[in-house]
Order: sequence, then C-alpha cells, then structure tokens
Amino acid sequence: MDLIWDGIREALRILGTGDYSLWEITLRSLFISGSAVAISLLIGTALGSVLAFNEFPGRNLAFAVVNTGMGLPPVVVGLLVAIMLWRSGPLGQLNLIYTPLAMIAAQTIIAAPIVTGFTAAALRSLSPRLRSQLYALGASRLQMLWLILWEAKLPLLAAVMAGFGAAVSEIGASIMVGGNLAGETRVLTTAVVLEVSRGEFAPAIALSIVLLALIFAVNLILTTVQQQEQRS
Amino acid sequence: MAAAGCGGGKEIILATTTSTQDSGLLDELLPAFKQESGYKVKVIAVGSGEALAMADRGDADAVLAHAPSSEEELVDKGSVVNRQLVMHNDFVILGPADDPAGIKGVDSATEALTAIADKGSPFVSRGDDSGTDKLEKSLWKKAGLDPEGEGWYEQSGQGMGATLQIANQRGAYTISDRGTYLAQSENLDLEVLVEGDPVLLNVYHVMQVNPERFGRVNAEGGQAFVEFMVSEETQEIIRNFGVEEFGQPLFIPDAGKSESELGLD
Amino acid sequence: MSQAKLSIRDVRVRRRGVDILHVPHLDVLPGEVLAVIGPNGAGKTTLLMVLALLERPSQGQVLFEGQSVEGQELPLRRRMAVVLQEVLLLRRSVVDNVAMGLALRGVPSRERQKRALHWMERFGIAHLAHRGTRNLSGGEAQRASLARAFALEPEVLLLDEPFNGLDQPTREGLLEELAGVLAETGVTTVFVTHDRDEAARLAHRVAVLLGGRLRQVGPVAEVFAAPVDEEVAAFVGVETMVPARVVGDAGGLARLEVAGHAIEAVSRGPLAADVLVCLRPEDVVLALPDGLSTSSARNRLPGVVTRVVPAGVQVRVTVDCGFPLLAAITRQSLEELGLGVGVRVVASFKATAIHLIPRSGGH
Repeated sequence: MDLIWDGIREALRILGTGDYSLWEITLRSLFISGSAVAISLLIGTALGSVLAFNEFPGRNLAFAVVNTGMGLPPVVVGLLVAIMLWRSGPLGQLNLIYTPLAMIAAQTIIAAPIVTGFTAAALRSLSPRLRSQLYALGASRLQMLWLILWEAKLPLLAAVMAGFGAAVSEIGASIMVGGNLAGETRVLTTAVVLEVSRGEFAPAIALSIVLLALIFAVNLILTTVQQQEQRS
Repeated sequence: MAAAGCGGGKEIILATTTSTQDSGLLDELLPAFKQESGYKVKVIAVGSGEALAMADRGDADAVLAHAPSSEEELVDKGSVVNRQLVMHNDFVILGPADDPAGIKGVDSATEALTAIADKGSPFVSRGDDSGTDKLEKSLWKKAGLDPEGEGWYEQSGQGMGATLQIANQRGAYTISDRGTYLAQSENLDLEVLVEGDPVLLNVYHVMQVNPERFGRVNAEGGQAFVEFMVSEETQEIIRNFGVEEFGQPLFIPDAGKSESELGLD
Repeated sequence: MSQAKLSIRDVRVRRRGVDILHVPHLDVLPGEVLAVIGPNGAGKTTLLMVLALLERPSQGQVLFEGQSVEGQELPLRRRMAVVLQEVLLLRRSVVDNVAMGLALRGVPSRERQKRALHWMERFGIAHLAHRGTRNLSGGEAQRASLARAFALEPEVLLLDEPFNGLDQPTREGLLEELAGVLAETGVTTVFVTHDRDEAARLAHRVAVLLGGRLRQVGPVAEVFAAPVDEEVAAFVGVETMVPARVVGDAGGLARLEVAGHAIEAVSRGPLAADVLVCLRPEDVVLALPDGLSTSSARNRLPGVVTRVVPAGVQVRVTVDCGFPLLAAITRQSLEELGLGVGVRVVASFKATAIHLIPRSGGH
C-alpha cells in the first residue's frame, strides 16, 4: 500500500514540475493518435458513405468485414504491419520500421474500421429520402455528402471519439512497429509499460494520470457538443 | 542499390535485451557513441530470442546479447560476424528473507534449485526465451529436474523487472541478473541468497549482422558500434558503471580476453 | 405552338422486370400549370422524379427546352425546384433551411437571406425565421418547403402532393396562397395529386396517370367532362365543369353568370369572383321545352342535344346550352322523351347540386 501512495505522491510531483519528458511523450501520443484518427476519418466517411448508400454485390460481406475489423486485436494488427515493414519484409526498403509514421499507419488500421462502421450506421439512420431531397434542391454529390455528414455530426463525433480512444490506448501495435524508442516513438501507453517493467511506479502512475486526463478531456468535448445540440 | 550493407545512413538498429536496456548502461554509452561516430542508435529491446531472430532476418545492424550458445548458432549460420566479448555480470538466485527452502549461502546453483523443487516453494521464471530464461532452463536441466507444469513453478513471459515484481509480490524465488536486481532492489523485499557459482555467469557479446548476407544492413555503422563497445574508453565506462549508485559495478569489462579466461567452455 | 419547357419521349421505368411507368409522349408547356392525377401507386411520383431529373428512366429521353438532358443533369436541376411529399428539413434554423437551395447554388449570404425572408413573408412564416425546425406544425413545415422552392425563382416548379396530410383548413389556406403565387409568377409548374379538386383549382391542363400509363392529357374541363374511357371516367368522375363569374351573393345563394345564362347555386362561404361550376350528370333533369314549367329546381337552361352515349344502364346526353352540359338519364327516359341529337330540351338542376371550385385569374 505504501508503494502506491508513494507512487501517487511522486507522480503528482512529476506532473507538477513537468519532469521526465512527460510532455514530450504526451504531445507525441496526441500527434500520432490524432493523425491516425484524422486519416481514419477521411477513410471512414468515404467508405462509410459508400457502404450506407450504394447498392453493390457483396455489400453484406463488406459490412461483415468492417464489423470484424472493429474487433480486430490491435496486437495482431501490429504484428502484421511490423512484418510488412521489417527490413526483411516486402516494404522494408521504405525504412519505416521504428518510426512515428509506422505507428500512425498501425493505429489507422486499428481505428479506421471503427470509424467506418459507426459512420455507416449513422448515415443509415438518417432518412433515406434526405439524399433525394438534397439532390432535389440542386446539390452536387459532394455537397450532398457534406450536408449529410454535417447532419449526422453527432454520431460521427462519437465515431471519432471511439476511434481516438482505441488508438491512444493501444500498446501492442505501437511497441511492435515503433520500438518504444526514447525521444522518438515512445508514447504514453508504451512508456507506462516500460516504467512498470523497470519497477518505476511513480512515473508509470504519472503517465497513467495524463492518459486518463486526455481521454476524459476528449470525451468532455463530445458531451459538450451533444448537449449544445440537444438544447438548440 | 544491390551492394551489400548499404542501408541506414547515419542510423543503426541495435537489437538487445530488455535487461540490458533496463540496466541503464546504454543510456550512458550511446550519447558518447553518437558524438564519436555520428551514428544514432535505435535501441530495440526485446527478449533474447527475438533479438537474435531479428539478426537472423537482417532486421538489425548490430546485436548486444547474453545468450552465448544461441549466438554461436548464428555465427555458424553466417547470420552474424565480428562477434566480440564485451563484458559479463552474473546471475543471482533471489528469494524471500525467510528462505523457506533454506538455500542461503549454498555454493551450487543446481543444489539450490533442487532444494526449491523438493520443498515445492514458489518460483517465478521469465519463460520468455531470453538469455536469463535460457540460463535458468539449462540449470534445471543440469540438476536433472523438469519443473514445467508443476504448481509452484510460474512463468511470467515478461521482462526481468516485471518478473522481479511478481516474485516479490508472491514471496517467491527467482533468478535475475545482478544489474536489474540492484537497480530495483529498493522496491524489492527479495534478497540475494545464492551467488558466485561459475554457471551463473552472464556473458555479453556484441556482434554485427552480416552485411554480406543481408543487403539492407548498415555495415559501417554496425562495425563502428562493435569497435566502440570493445574500445578502451568504453570499457572504462563499463568498469565504473553503477559504482556510485550501488557501491558495486553492475558489469565487469572483458574485451580482449579469451573465453576460457572466464571459466567458460 | 411554343416549344415545350420539359418533354418526355418514350420513357419507361422498370423495377424488378416490370414497367411501372411507360409514357411515350408528354410535354410541359412554358408558363402552364400541369396537374398529374391518378390513384395511389399509379406512378405519379415516379413520373415527377423523372421530370425532376432525380431518377433516370430505364429507357427513353427527357428533354429540357428541346435538348436532351444527358450529361447536364446537375445544372438543369439547379434551374428547377422540387417540393417533395415528405418535408425534409435539416437541423438548423428555418431561414437557413429556406435558403439552402440558394446556398447550394453559391448565392452569397446576404442575397440568400433576403430572398429567403421575402418568400417566408409571402407564405406567412417570416416570424419563424430563426427558430429551429423541430417543432414546426405540418402546415408551417409545408410553407417552409414551398418558400424554399420559390426562393430559387426556378424556371420549372415540381410539386409532389404538397398538401397531403394537412388538415382541411390548413390545406385550404395553403391552396389559396399557392394559387395566388402561381398566378403571379407564371412559373411552369407540374404538380402531382390524387385530389381532382386541387387539380381543377390550380391547373390549366391535367394528365391522368393510371397503372403507370398516361391515359389522357388535356385542358382541365375537357378531361373532367369528357374522359377518354371507362377507367379514366371512374377516376375523374365525369361531370360538367364550366367557368363562371360570381355576380351576386345574398341569402346563402350565389348568382353566377355562365355563357350568357344566369344560374343560382348554394354558397357555403365567401366566393372568389371566378369559379368553376361543377355538376354531376346524375343531378341534371331533362325535359322537353313545353313540359315542367314549375319545379323546385332553380336552374333551367334551354339547349340542344349534341351527343348521346350509352353507358351501361344509363345514357349520357350532352346538351349544348352555350356550354356543354352533361346529363345522365335512363334509356327508358331517352326513348319516352324521344331524345336524340338535335332535339331541343330544357335542362334543369337544383342550386344545391352545384359544386363550386374557386379559380384565380382567367383560364
């Protein structure tokens, strides 16, 4: 028990003084997971709208694939991406292994099915005649897509939050493709694992607090926007 | 660009073990290496098994490991070259202060393990194919025992630090390299119970991944690293590493010595 | 004859192997109001969607001012405005919704607001401008939908059952306003309805759609008075329909002037100056000129029989009283009175039998 209290006290000290390259790691987490989610959003809205609106053979299969993708274990994704990016692998000449870019790629693969699935569901929940109405008003395909997405912005926001949550909390893929290199590819989650394996609980707790705060802040945004919408 | 060993530029990938990284030695040495040679080192710290597998695939430029028999296999295969002795430390058998199996002060590691098995006292193994793990398994074998599957024998599948924590929590015995133990001893209630047996020596070698065999390897960088590790200045740093903090060095530098000098086969 | 604004040639719409719409030829003339009427499921909405360039026919062509619309759908769609049956509004203020069509066409913000507000005033909902759309009543939503369409100042206006689902008084009010706006703006309009009274009130020409096929196209009075076959007749309910002027309204009785005759009809409220007089053939009694001099029927018009058409047990007799008047009598009566083409008769009908439909503007 003492261990934990000591840990928490020390953690607060670290947080207070900004010791331990905490902020560098936090910013990197934000950058990597944020980028992954941004890319996932592009992919997700494009694929999600095709899934929701277009009839094509194999559509049901596509839905099943997306749903499976949502439940894909991140560590499996990490292994697959690592195998591709290792020097001994097919994409080895890109020299991407153990770089932040590789981590963004892996996290995108993890988050994209989540965003796609949520987007498709959100768009399907809108009235099917809304698209006709917008075309009837003279919308081009792009305008229609933009307006529909704006109309579904609450569930879309939820999709982004879910994707971000998945990306920022995952460890397995990040370690495998990133290598947990200090100053380069170390993020909040991988740093926690490292510190625990070293027996350094105080920094581990500090990092965990930051991670929790991050996730909480991000969810706060969603809740605030939701509340605003309800009121108007 | 099909010439051998033309990859990497001013960066090298060093495959090493978690216990090596956790000791903090590399944090001390690598800035000096960077300054001297200009090479930035990407330290990938994984289990011994994985580190050597990386070398075998050509996914690293240099390796710093402590699993000599497995390393020798790679030399025979031609996956690594320029293998040089760097340093050694030793393993110790740790356990709870009350020592239920009564192994404190025993000279022979295998005797101690036999006592633990007889008593059925809890023992935590790394079980991750690392150098430490391989050593431990070889000791059980030497003692003529097979603890796998026994109720008192647990495998953590994790690094040394985590394994020490588990052993600590359970009041169990375990084998650790001295360096990791010293680094964490403040947080542990475990004590050194058996030490000094020559079989407990933990020998570190540095080697290059063979650039002739793997096209993407950074030959120059790998070579520079090997030379750096056995250089006099580096050996001096190793000699003094940990003295201030723990009162004893974590590693004994051995560059240039022959294998037999250490009492190894 | 002026060139058609919108035309359909050889259009078929096929769903699951069945032709749900087949129209070889239809023209929408510039400035006219064309009503497409038919029972539910007749394919009216499909026809409208094809005209609105929102649905591609399986076969055939749509022409805009004589040119094929192929490849030009988006710019042409932007010259038209469509009001769909279900009013769909986005989650933003009412005025933003009304201005939506303009926004999609790139009209700058200030201009958009101006035009949107102008039309919201015209349809009486300017006070709702900055409200959210969630709690609008059916009538308010429909007015917003109309304002949204008119704000575009389109060259063609297409409406799909715009008054469906509204309660009677709301419907009345809206119908009135729409009639006024259509007359003012003179925009080419196609609207779809299953209600013939609406068609009669707003349209110049009517197209009857049954089972996905166009059965008859022509001026309102003509189609309703002279349906081309049984099925059409059954749907439109044959009647005499003739424009009249209201010249007086007192004591619950309106006095109307029709083709030189004065007739009286029961009036149930204030009347527009121009109306359509509708009379069911079953309500018309024929007599020879020397018979029936006193009866309770307030209207007695002399005329000449111009047509005799057997229709099952009955006979449909068309009498020319200065306008074509339809009467339905039994075969026996026909024979007993010795009626035939050219015979002089007096047609009489009660004031209560007349059904008036207001018209704005002369058609």
